[in-house]
Amino acid sequence: MKCEELLAMLNEYVDGGIDPGVCEQFEKHLVGCNPCQVVVDNIRKTITLYKAGEVYELPVAFRNQLQSALRAKWAETRGSSK
Amino acid sequence: MSEPVTDGELVRRVKVGELEAFELLAGRYSRKVYSLARRIVQQEQDAQDVTQQTFLSALEHLDGFREEASFSTWLLRVATHAALKVIRKRKGLPTVSLEANTEPQEGYDTVPHPEYIADWRESPEQLVGRNETSRLIDEALQELDEKHRAIFLLRDVEGLSVKETADALGISEANVKVRLLRARLQLRERLTQKFGDPERRFQPHQHVETASL
Ligand SMILES: [Zn+2]
Repeated sequence: MKCEELLAMLNEYVDGGIDPGVCEQFEKHLVGCNPCQVVVDNIRKTITLYKAGEVYELPVAFRNQLQSALRAKWAETRGSSK
Repeated sequence: MSEPVTDGELVRRVKVGELEAFELLAGRYSRKVYSLARRIVQQEQDAQDVTQQTFLSALEHLDGFREEASFSTWLLRVATHAALKVIRKRKGLPTVSLEANTEPQEGYDTVPHPEYIADWRESPEQLVGRNETSRLIDEALQELDEKHRAIFLLRDVEGLSVKETADALGISEANVKVRLLRARLQLRERLTQKFGDPERRFQPHQHVETASL
């Protein structure tokens, strides 16, 4: 397996959906190839960082606006006329 | 304390006319939807518009929600559509995407190879939660085009499956995979330029097949 072939299978390897036979070849390549090892590790860390990223809070004014909009929509579509 | 009410139960209550149940669902998922929208559209006012449209549209179409998907996945799909529509509008493109009909299969030959390869100086655990880190990962995300950004966010941040991501965007699973790979590689490249240790840098090389193969 060459570095380029490894690249095409990177997702499956990182996500754990790789065919066992291919996985063995993949890991054999990794043992002998520092750059690919580091790329795999970098990708895992990249995903971890984004997953752990902050959640944005709704501004209070917008939270209130959203609630009013939902109530208005409710009254319009499911209100007494229905 | 009693068990928290499931989304499915709340959806059923909305369907029989309980506004309060919908407000509970909105309370559960508004931050998730708003955060996704912020990251796709990269602008606060637009993210608010997208969030509002998402919940109004969910309220309107809830009767059509068949519960084969989870409520949150369904909601994220609605939000992604709304967010991409906002971006198309901003660019002056028609807001109805023709991509699903014309979408070509993308190949792996155009996937860029890693260039800056280095071990990171710190672990994600050490980096997380710093303002500097948040800024850098946001900047790297902004450099992706919206198609790649949306796929990365849905799949890797929100944890949708490849199929759910494909359904949400109306593209093939094969293209989700190629684009996800491109997105991951580009983000890796940018972040490694920032977080990589120059002392532990590796040159990419043409791998020589070992004799045993
Ligand atoms: Zn290699």
